[in-house]
Amino acid sequence: MSEQLLNVRLPHKTFRTPQGESVTALHNIDLRVRRGEFITLIGPSGCGKSTLLKIMAGLDTEHDGEVLLEGKPVTKPGIDLGFVFQEHRLFPWLSVEKNIAADLSLRQPEVRRRVSELVELVKLQGFEKAYPRQLSGGMSQRVAIARALLRSPKVLLLDEPFGALDAFTRSHLQEVTLDIWDNNRTTMILVTHDIDEAIYLAGRVVIMDARPGTIRKTIPIDLPYPRKKASSSFQELRTIVLREFERVEELELVDSSGI
Amino acid sequence: MNQADIIQAPGDALIGEAKKDAATSAAHKKAYRSELRENGKGKAALRGALFPLVLLAVWQLCGSFGLISATLLPTPADIAKTFYELLISGDLFRHLGVSMGRAALGFVLGGAAGLLMGLGVGLFRRLEQTVDPSIQMLRTVPHLAITPLFILWFGFGEFSKILLIALGAFFPLYIQTFQGIRSVDAKLFDVARVLEFSRSKQVTKLVLPAALPHILLGLRLSLGVAWLGLVVAELMGSSEGIGYLIMDARQFAQTATVFVGIAIFAVVGKATDSLVRHLEKKLLRWRESFSG
Ligand SMILES: Nc1ncnc2c1ncn2[C@@H]1O[C@H](COP(=O)(O)OP(=O)(O)OP(=O)(O)O)[C@@H](O)[C@H]1O
Ligand SMILES: [Mg+2]
Repeated sequence: MSEQLLNVRLPHKTFRTPQGESVTALHNIDLRVRRGEFITLIGPSGCGKSTLLKIMAGLDTEHDGEVLLEGKPVTKPGIDLGFVFQEHRLFPWLSVEKNIAADLSLRQPEVRRRVSELVELVKLQGFEKAYPRQLSGGMSQRVAIARALLRSPKVLLLDEPFGALDAFTRSHLQEVTLDIWDNNRTTMILVTHDIDEAIYLAGRVVIMDARPGTIRKTIPIDLPYPRKKASSSFQELRTIVLREFERVEELELVDSSGI
Repeated sequence: MNQADIIQAPGDALIGEAKKDAATSAAHKKAYRSELRENGKGKAALRGALFPLVLLAVWQLCGSFGLISATLLPTPADIAKTFYELLISGDLFRHLGVSMGRAALGFVLGGAAGLLMGLGVGLFRRLEQTVDPSIQMLRTVPHLAITPLFILWFGFGEFSKILLIALGAFFPLYIQTFQGIRSVDAKLFDVARVLEFSRSKQVTKLVLPAALPHILLGLRLSLGVAWLGLVVAELMGSSEGIGYLIMDARQFAQTATVFVGIAIFAVVGKATDSLVRHLEKKLLRWRESFSG
């Protein structure tokens, strides 16, 4: 459990605005992720969560820092680093099962078998042949998760994957995600706006600060799974996290989808 | 909703029920609406047919009572009779076959060139920089205006006819294919990168399917222009084909045959267009349909 899997060291990440000024998006980031960990990233809007996740995925390489996956530098995106975007980004012309397979052929028995397994895992049996437009937001997001999982990523990065969903679907998908994490032991890093979600899922909650984006504090969550949101120990942790936030000047945080 | 979903998650079960309710009532409403629409459609069709039918009747009566000259405007019955004669003599099919062969050959040559060029220019920026400006320049010339030049260079023969049709068919497919490739959602490209698509998979699994709606539109437009080119090419001078049938009949003042020829051009043009529309419906089933 304690083996280092992903190391991110990022002294500086700046963006250049169209006017030619440079804006510091991230500053002094140092994050070490152990194999099998579940980390949630939480922070006010605009603090650089998405930017950090993209850098970890190799989607953004314009920075002076270093991302190491199992000691090797990440220079471009790839299947070792699975990514689930905030919007599902399914291919609208492919059915559910073909979306999961994507560039792989379902005619290969091995792919076929793994896809059916994943369809079951994300509870979409009966919808294999449906097109994305026939799915609800939550179902689409489950397909996107299955698509990332088919490649057996070493780390799964999720950028506010449940941000746009209603409370029912959201809590269902939280269960699904925990199930997957429990079964596959895939290392997960999930960005969220929702304090409850952050505590409910994670082994460690990483709280970020805005302007410039830095890691303010990391809070370990030692509660056993399955967790009860109403329990007093959960509420205690919630208070601790909230107190951290009260120190952040601009409290732009909302409980649910404040996109 | 399938059963497994309902058993596994109580939250989902509720949603499932609600959805089912919504679905049934929606289905009822839809059925009701489509019934209404069916009725409305019937009535609308009837109303739409009224004017042509009255016109046809008046036309026929005027002709029968000798109010208009048969050389200028033969009666509908005359035209139908001519059509029937042309049909059983086999002339109609022979000429139609020639015309369709020409249109098909010209369309395939020009369309394929447009499609390949559009793909190449869309996929390779170097090629775009090299050829697109010239193509865009040529595009501004109405291709029918080049007809006299073709006749000068190649005579009235088959070659200039096919070339005229091909030239017309080239541009719509070229432009639409190019546009289609360039309008692929950049967000999906990020997905392809994260999933490690190879360069060829990026083309076959992302670019082509995403560009398909545009390409099919280009196909329809190209077919239309090719057909137009055919009409012009055949009227300009030929010894076979529907256009020849029309011009030949004109010389002998067989106006009924001219009418038949025009009608054939219209019907076949419409039929090919419907064929592509049908293809569109089948291939683009994944798209949101706006029919109701
Ligand atoms: N492509 C870009 N060009 C210029 N500035 C950018 C770009 N992307 C992000 N930024 C800036 O970087 C900062 C961090 O943005 P980022 O999207 O990472 O925030 P976030 O924490 O994900 O916010 P949210 O919670 O609203 O999604 C913001 O100030 C934003 O304006
Ligand atoms: Mg973000």
